[in-house]
Amino acid sequence: MENKVLMKGNEAIAEAAIRAGCRHYFGYPITPQTELAAYMAKRMPKINGTFLQAESEIAAINMVYGVAGTGKRVMTSSSSPGISLKQEGISYIAGSDLPCLIVNVQRGGPGLGGIQPSQSDYFQATKGGGHGDYHLIVLAPSSVQEMADLTALGFDLADKYRMPAMLLADGTIGQMMEPVVLAEEKEISKVNKPWAVTGTEMKREHNIINSLYLAPDELEQKNFERYEKYKVVEENEARYESFMMEDAEYCVVAFGIAARVSKNAVVAARKQGIKVGLIRPITLWPFPKKAIADAASKVKGFLSVELSTGQMIEDIKLAENCKVPVELCCRVGGMIMSPDEVLGSIKKLMGGAK
Amino acid sequence: MVVFDKPKSLTDAQLHYCPGCTHGIIHRLVAEAIDTLGIEGKAIGVAPVGCAVMAYNYFACDMVEAAHGRAPAVATGIKRSLPENIVFTYQGDGDLASIGMAETVHAATRNENITVIFVNNAIYGMTGGQMAPTSLPGQVTQTSPYGRDVKTAGYPVKIAELLSALDGPEFIARVAVNNVKNVKQAKKTIQKAFENQINGKGFSLVEVISSCPTNWGMTPDAALKWIDDNMIPYYPLGVFKDKSAKEEG
Ligand SMILES: Cc1ncc(C[n+]2csc(CCOP(=O)(O)OP(=O)(O)O)c2C)c(N)n1
Ligand code: SF4
Ligand SMILES: [Mg+2]
Repeated sequence: MENKVLMKGNEAIAEAAIRAGCRHYFGYPITPQTELAAYMAKRMPKINGTFLQAESEIAAINMVYGVAGTGKRVMTSSSSPGISLKQEGISYIAGSDLPCLIVNVQRGGPGLGGIQPSQSDYFQATKGGGHGDYHLIVLAPSSVQEMADLTALGFDLADKYRMPAMLLADGTIGQMMEPVVLAEEKEISKVNKPWAVTGTEMKREHNIINSLYLAPDELEQKNFERYEKYKVVEENEARYESFMMEDAEYCVVAFGIAARVSKNAVVAARKQGIKVGLIRPITLWPFPKKAIADAASKVKGFLSVELSTGQMIEDIKLAENCKVPVELCCRVGGMIMSPDEVLGSIKKLMGGAK
Repeated sequence: MVVFDKPKSLTDAQLHYCPGCTHGIIHRLVAEAIDTLGIEGKAIGVAPVGCAVMAYNYFACDMVEAAHGRAPAVATGIKRSLPENIVFTYQGDGDLASIGMAETVHAATRNENITVIFVNNAIYGMTGGQMAPTSLPGQVTQTSPYGRDVKTAGYPVKIAELLSALDGPEFIARVAVNNVKNVKQAKKTIQKAFENQINGKGFSLVEVISSCPTNWGMTPDAALKWIDDNMIPYYPLGVFKDKSAKEEG
């Protein structure tokens, strides 16, 4: 039976994580993700799970590292300033090839910034974030339903590829209430984790969770191996939604809340006879490069709609490879563009594009 | 007759510590406690960033290498995930008392059921002898070339005293490994810190006064004597907190 419930985005993440078999949550209070931690604080003790309010985001991510090393599903959540603090730990998790889920309900920055929605952590999320050569799988929900679905997917992909996944949401979707169908609590697909530290029981050699390789040739080898894995992820896991792209002459690219606004703008533009469509990346890393490249051979221009001064636009430009103009429509600092503003930008793009 | 045998819970890997460094003795004492209590198969150790970074190669049990200072948080995660296992950290003074101070204090105040071995050698050994939070007043290091001036660099952190002021932790003690008598006491104390965890008592930390002949610029012998003459007067040995003993006594 379909079980539709009305939920806040942040709560949907929490419930979906529990249903995906996550029994360990570590966090530190920060707006606008507090509902997620509050939900975990209520639920985890009832199901024999761990909810721990850590002394800092640094401690929280290192607790995640500890649990991830034991092979269990584990998560943390925060918002932009807190995610900056977690970068050290995320780098160690990536360098030790451990799976986990990190949720960033973004707010405006830099510095203390503000508490209103933003997408300005795009670079940080998709280009590594901490020190060293590494990637996270980055998922960008644009509805409460996707908050739930992509949480479950994040855990699955993290386990499958032995790497951390990040749910890159924003304050609007976190706070928004929408009907959502939650997956039944499922048996976690048993991913074999022979590398986990669980105690040797004197039956095997000791396992070591580690990112230190003092010999440069060994460290190089480790990095190359990880990059081979990343190539496989790029080939197989890029996800996006295509909206009204069949006959489109112009292409809007937007994710998360900006994609919802853009969709309205596309519909309005179509009513005025403008042939425009939308590509909505669902994975930001891997970025749906092929979809953008394919579109580049058909459309006259791209419009990147983002809540940052232009971060994703760089990936669009790399993917479309200078074929057509790429323009930006942005609001920042917690402001969100209206469909009218997007429509205006589409018209401007049409005027400029040859 | 076997006079000297390597504890089973140490691997065959050759320790990389400098000649005369007491890190090696402390490794041995930890391993002996693990052997005596028969917990190698359940033990999971957390190595620090510091001279003991490679401890993950030396202990035969499962091991995790933590970021600088984060070992108590990492151990918290492991213990919450696997409460039946025995989880310990092995950390230096820069690691535990400077960059990782928050993680240390909060693991202690939560009375996290883990065992912490804290190696206080009053110096940043691995990075070549900089001033540590535990360097003594007047102590000459690479970054206190005129001696630690308490007016600008503050006073040494007394971890055992500091943590024992908290209500949370179960057991806090300070030992030294600079002579046979002290090593025997250290052995007993470290074993007790593991027994506490087995018995579900909670956070047990043993501060071990250790030598760094290399960065103190001394012969191993002189370094052991320097511990008697300078370290122990500033860092008195003993049990600072033992909740269960209080209840029982
Ligand atoms: C975040 C970070 N900062 C600094 C360092 C450099 N570093 C490596 S070991 C060390 C000091 C270790 O000293 P201590 O904890 O006293 O251990 P010892 O070597 O004396 O046993 C430092 C600062 C690092 N690896 N990571
Ligand atoms: S530098 Fe000091 S603490 Fe490090 S191994 Fe050498 S003597 Fe020991
Ligand atoms: Mg030291």
